[in-house]
Amino acid sequence: MSAAVVAAAAPAKAAAPEALAGIFWARFVRHRPAVISAVVIALLGLASIFAGPIAMRDPLHIEMSHKFARPLAKGHLLGADELGRDVLSRLLHAGRISLTVGLAAMAVTVIVGAVLGTLAGYVSGAVDTVLLRLTDAMLSFPPIFMLLALAAFVRPSLASMTVIIAVTSWMDVTRMVRGQILTLREQEFVTGARGLGASGARIMVRHLLPNTVGIIAVAAACRCFRVADDARAANALRATVSFNPWRSWRRPL
Amino acid sequence: MGVEGLRQYFARRVIQAVVVLCLVSLAGFSLLHLAPGGPAAIYALSPTMSAEDLDRITHEFGLDRPIHVQYLSWAKGFLTGNWGRSYRDGRVVLEVIGDRVPATVILMLSAFSVAVLLGLASGIVSAVRQYSLFDHLATLGAMVALSIPTFWLGLMAIYVFSELLHSLPPGNIGTVGAPFALADRLRHLILPAGTLGVVMVATWSRYTRASMLEVIGEDYIRTARAKGVSQGWVILKHALRNALIPLVTLAGLQLPLVFSGALVTETIFTWPGMGRLFVDSIGYRDYPVLMGILVFTATLVILGNLVADLVYAVIDPRVRHS
Repeated sequence: MSAAVVAAAAPAKAAAPEALAGIFWARFVRHRPAVISAVVIALLGLASIFAGPIAMRDPLHIEMSHKFARPLAKGHLLGADELGRDVLSRLLHAGRISLTVGLAAMAVTVIVGAVLGTLAGYVSGAVDTVLLRLTDAMLSFPPIFMLLALAAFVRPSLASMTVIIAVTSWMDVTRMVRGQILTLREQEFVTGARGLGASGARIMVRHLLPNTVGIIAVAAACRCFRVADDARAANALRATVSFNPWRSWRRPL
Repeated sequence: MGVEGLRQYFARRVIQAVVVLCLVSLAGFSLLHLAPGGPAAIYALSPTMSAEDLDRITHEFGLDRPIHVQYLSWAKGFLTGNWGRSYRDGRVVLEVIGDRVPATVILMLSAFSVAVLLGLASGIVSAVRQYSLFDHLATLGAMVALSIPTFWLGLMAIYVFSELLHSLPPGNIGTVGAPFALADRLRHLILPAGTLGVVMVATWSRYTRASMLEVIGEDYIRTARAKGVSQGWVILKHALRNALIPLVTLAGLQLPLVFSGALVTETIFTWPGMGRLFVDSIGYRDYPVLMGILVFTATLVILGNLVADLVYAVIDPRVRHS
């Protein structure tokens, strides 16, 4: 994994971040699936940003005579839903919500998880105990339980949905990162850094965190899909609390 | 950490567990009671229900008492093994949960065992042969599996295998009314376990691959190879052992699921397990059952994480637990 190689090279090349960026870019461009994925994501993003002009139809326009129209029928490229609304247009517009909330919630989750996990693993003692018992407590609530409970008190908006999803999902990343740090902090390069007089903060940020990048990347990828799933699950279980009045990608299904 | 140290560590973790359980139950109890709607709201839907009857039901459930009194009486009952009775059918909560656990364990264990084995194997091969055709296909497959929503995959599985091919039953744990038969049970298990397994395989193989890749480039792997250790032995003994930490974390995180079940999959396949019990109980605002499930799950979460912490020290003796 390119990230891991970059991370491993970090201590040696610490003085030249632009060289690191160069290595990353060179490896990224040579890895064809990564480039294809990036292009697809960029296209999805652009399609959502320019949903209006691309879709041409109003996602909210109800046309009962077009009810359940098949794809390509009656001028609907992807057909129409139970109220005769254009599915393609609804998908494109929904992408704005799903992409924004998905990426933002994932970013917050990963940052919070990585920071708390590093602290718990490296500082240990009381900090580790308190942080870990907090993750235990948060993990004990089924996600739906937390989503519903929080959604009942918070007015739904892009920002509040992002926060709610992040608040209910940082624990996995925290435990993953902490587990890694527990073994990493006993290794020679950490002892070496300490011997050179590096502060705890420097060891955590420069020496330990870069070595957990691989695991964090996997956790982020697995998490990203589930973010949209959480929002949908809250709907699908026909919660009495209206969780998400926004149309997101999972809603049209 | 000697035997004495281990005992002290254990004692400390148990005390912490009690504190966490108190906090979780208190928070869960408050959240349930603060959320709109209540157990009596279901009865209010009946047109023949009078206001006096509703008040009487509320009183009989004890829901008209102040919330701290309700919590303390629940907690007292919980400690003495009396977890209360379901608002729905009046059955003892421990019995309601006990009825559902076996079905969930069967479903989750079969999904997990296959998923972990396949995930580990494909993750290891992917890491050893990075950027090979197999690695690319496995990566693509994992991304597809993780992207597909469980409920859609489940519905499609039912549509293809039950509706079109008529080869597998669409739901339930066994044929209704038929006597117990192993073959029948297995046939009912395939679709829900397969649906769950797809996502699990993807998760396990991604973590295994990433974790193995971190290790495979290390000097001690090169040393082992240089000493003439066989490829298989290097991978399994030297690399895998050092790559195990994140996988142990993952296992610890997923252990509670084996008993608390999968909400969406169990609902789609009408599997009589814990996940569906939870969904149904939320619908009925069945507070005693919900609290029972919550504390049960919390105990498993704490246990899973404790086991993971102990296993870290076994895999890597350098790990010290203060």
